[in-house]
Amino acid sequence: MTSTETTPTTAPAKKQLTIKVFGVGGCGGNVVSQIHGADFGGAQLIVLNTDSQALAQCALPYKFNLGLKLNGGLGAGGDPERGRAAAEEDEVRLRELCTGVDMVFICAGLGGGTGTGAGPVLARVAKECGALSLAFVTLPFECEGPKRMRQARRGLEEFKSAADGVICLPNQKVFKLIDENTSVIETFSTTNELLAQGVRGIWQLVTRPGFINLDFADLCAVVRNRHSESSFATAEATGPHRAKEVVEKLLTNPLLDGGAALGEADALLVSLMGGPGLTMAEVNRVMEQINRQTENAHLMMGAAIEEGLGDRLTVTLVASRQCSHAADLPKGVEPGQPEPQPASRGGEDFDLLGSAIASKPVTRTAVAKPESERVAVAVAETGMEAMAPAPVATSRSWRSRKKAKAVHPELGLETVTTDPFQQSEPTRHNGVNLDVPTFVRRGMVMN
Amino acid sequence: MLNLFFPEKTTVIVGLEIGTAKVAAVVGEVTDAGGVNVIGIGQCPSRGVRKGEVVNADLAAEDVRNAIVEAEKSADVEIASVYLGVTGGHLTSLNTHGVFTAASDDHEISQPDVNEVLANAKVFSRPSENHVLHAIRQHFTLNGQAGITDPIGMLGGKLELDMHVVHGVTTRLQNPVRVVKGLNLEVEEFVFSGLASSLALLDNEQKQMGVLVVDLGAGTTEYVVYADGVIKHTGILAVGGDHVTNDLSHGLRMAPARAGLLKREHGAATIEGAAGQTLTLTNENGFPDRRVNLEHLRRIMVARLDETFQLIDEDIGEQGFHEQLRAGVCLCGGGARIRDIEKLAEEVFGLPATLGRANAVGGLRSATDDPELATAVGLVKYGAIRQKSQRRVGLVGKLKNLAGSLGLF
Ligand SMILES: Nc1nc2c(ncn2[C@@H]2O[C@H](COP(=O)(O)OP(=O)(O)OP(=O)(O)O)[C@@H](O)[C@H]2O)c(=O)[nH]1
Ligand SMILES: Nc1ncnc2c1ncn2[C@@H]1O[C@H](COP(=O)(O)OP(=O)(O)O)[C@@H](O)[C@H]1O
Ligand SMILES: [Mg+2]
Ligand SMILES: [Mg+2]
Repeated sequence: MTSTETTPTTAPAKKQLTIKVFGVGGCGGNVVSQIHGADFGGAQLIVLNTDSQALAQCALPYKFNLGLKLNGGLGAGGDPERGRAAAEEDEVRLRELCTGVDMVFICAGLGGGTGTGAGPVLARVAKECGALSLAFVTLPFECEGPKRMRQARRGLEEFKSAADGVICLPNQKVFKLIDENTSVIETFSTTNELLAQGVRGIWQLVTRPGFINLDFADLCAVVRNRHSESSFATAEATGPHRAKEVVEKLLTNPLLDGGAALGEADALLVSLMGGPGLTMAEVNRVMEQINRQTENAHLMMGAAIEEGLGDRLTVTLVASRQCSHAADLPKGVEPGQPEPQPASRGGEDFDLLGSAIASKPVTRTAVAKPESERVAVAVAETGMEAMAPAPVATSRSWRSRKKAKAVHPELGLETVTTDPFQQSEPTRHNGVNLDVPTFVRRGMVMN
Repeated sequence: MLNLFFPEKTTVIVGLEIGTAKVAAVVGEVTDAGGVNVIGIGQCPSRGVRKGEVVNADLAAEDVRNAIVEAEKSADVEIASVYLGVTGGHLTSLNTHGVFTAASDDHEISQPDVNEVLANAKVFSRPSENHVLHAIRQHFTLNGQAGITDPIGMLGGKLELDMHVVHGVTTRLQNPVRVVKGLNLEVEEFVFSGLASSLALLDNEQKQMGVLVVDLGAGTTEYVVYADGVIKHTGILAVGGDHVTNDLSHGLRMAPARAGLLKREHGAATIEGAAGQTLTLTNENGFPDRRVNLEHLRRIMVARLDETFQLIDEDIGEQGFHEQLRAGVCLCGGGARIRDIEKLAEEVFGLPATLGRANAVGGLRSATDDPELATAVGLVKYGAIRQKSQRRVGLVGKLKNLAGSLGLF
């Protein structure tokens, strides 16, 4: 057939995605180190902190000391405003880091100064650069006191309005997951491991070629601009009944509030991975069971074969709930007087980002411009990528492109919608949202 | 009011559908003999409507104006008022029942008795914000004898009436009316689009035998059930061709515009003959740029269409009308153009299905043969019936807003 359309529609090739994982603050750095330890070869890991000592102890190659002028490498002292100011001081650097990147993960522990204050700045910058930004954050233990918790909650709201999606794992909840006698440090590492799994799960989802393709565009469709808070869980099972068991495990996972998170979710992303023995029937069984738990959710599924998994079947589930009021929540406290500048600790040594930035042409600095973006993609797809002037990766599909176009570059507001049914109320019938494609709800699989 | 603008003898009636895909204005002429001829058509792609409801009044107004201007040119008339089709997920229908009991069993039924039973049938619970769009008489029952059309003058002590009522959220019904009025056009009446379509397609025999009309639009699917000559049930699903397109756009990973083109060119309501076939799509420069599995395309489409029909089937099954549809299923709306759609309908409903043609009117072939125009053409037919009945009713007394009160539906 002939088509008069100008937007190319080729499905994104998974390998082309540029993904960066940022750890911001102490906790963030620890989570990213954990990800690194777990044989995570695909994405670039970058650690950002205001605290040069913490950076020095971190074994990862790419790190950067935020707000050296402001804080002198002494950390944010638990004050999110200082964390934010530090990030704003280095906003140009952050922008360089995010330019040309398709997807940014931001890991941070909320409650302190750096992760809580600088993290949302990074999320905003990433989004302005056109990247899909997903934050993986923790909330403090109850024993850390109400002030820290309040501070953390404010940070969470800021993350929600800055990032496309936020996955939050309260330390306290994880504490309940494990043996009472476990120390806080051990709980930390359990949380870190869970967050690392989450990052890895989504990373695999968008980078591995699956036999049921779930790709970056699908992820964007689920999370982009939703400013949602998501729950997330992974489970694994083996043996002949693994398809049934893996879902049972998922549903009893406290991180999903015993399955309640599924019922409330309005978008669900399910990623299945199994060894070469994974069958279509098993995929269907898993999806059937998950489908039953959720009536209204927009469901996205991907399945992939991982040789190394052998008999194991793992399912990663991200359940997200729209948070309508996130965008207009009050900002945190007014920035106070900057503290007197402490003596520098020679943080110059900690701008170890050279190659992290050089991986993409540095000329691509400006905020994504909708019109040139469109052109850039068209050019890139006819094989002249070198000429592409805009900071948008060639691998983004129509969905993300259009959405990006709809966003006001500065305000982050959506002015145009591309969802054909967004302007009208969802068509519900006996609790089922009929706007969700029938084939998706029926769990039909296109071989 | 129309008579002020047009000569006495031929009355000109305009039907306007502000659809999700297109705005259509059809101009009809009522002949001396009472027949209806289509004498003009105006159409414009619709931009301000989602799922049958106006979401952008400015765009809708512009599109309506274009359609009206075109219709005026085409029919060489000046349009002052329209019968307006309305639809939307907020519409609800139900059958109500009214009773009048006389003092004695040999009471002669009079007009006031009929009025009372009518008033009685109109008492039913509905949300206070809702407006009754139609209250259509079905049958009277006199002393247990059902199926009476006109009981006046008959003897009996207990008069009952069954009525079909369609109501909707007032503010949402007003949106399209406001658009039309903003263009200095009068709205004679607003009419459920599905009902209008059925008027265009059906003859009396089909209504007697029992028939299901399904109007497959872009944002909504309307349906109407007739049996024993009267409307038994109406319904609407806020699902339509836009959903098919959206499903394809998700499933085949392509822009909606392209998915829409593919749907029209290669779509069908069956997967037969699609297995193993691949379409090669070309980009704007004519170079092949990607391939699409035709079977996937068809399966995505069939899933949606099958589901839509099944939802309707469940609904009419619940109401118990399934056995009464001896004339089968009659399809219209843009969706009726989908290849093999009638076969899928036959499969799902288990009834013979046909593509409807606007048999109820004459005149321009392009109007009567176009499935998308069924609503607008039916609105003209509705207007013709109403004006005739109003003339008759006018002699008896004031009986307003009793569409179909004379058993014409
Ligand atoms: N799960 C987990 N949580 C941590 C870890 N370290 C700290 N936290 C939590 O994260 C919160 C913030 O701590 P940090 O990340 O050290 O704070 P920061 O962001 O560096 O801020 P500053 O101390 O001001 O530099 C704490 O209140 C803890 O609840 C960790 O390794 N794992
Ligand atoms: N040949 C075709 N194949 C599939 N769908 C079609 C075809 N022709 C029209 N349609 C669909 O029919 C719908 C328009 O029908 P129409 O009755 O005009 O809608 P509405 O009354 O809601 O404006 C659109 O969704 C369009 O894509
Ligand atoms: Mg710290
Ligand atoms: Mg229509």
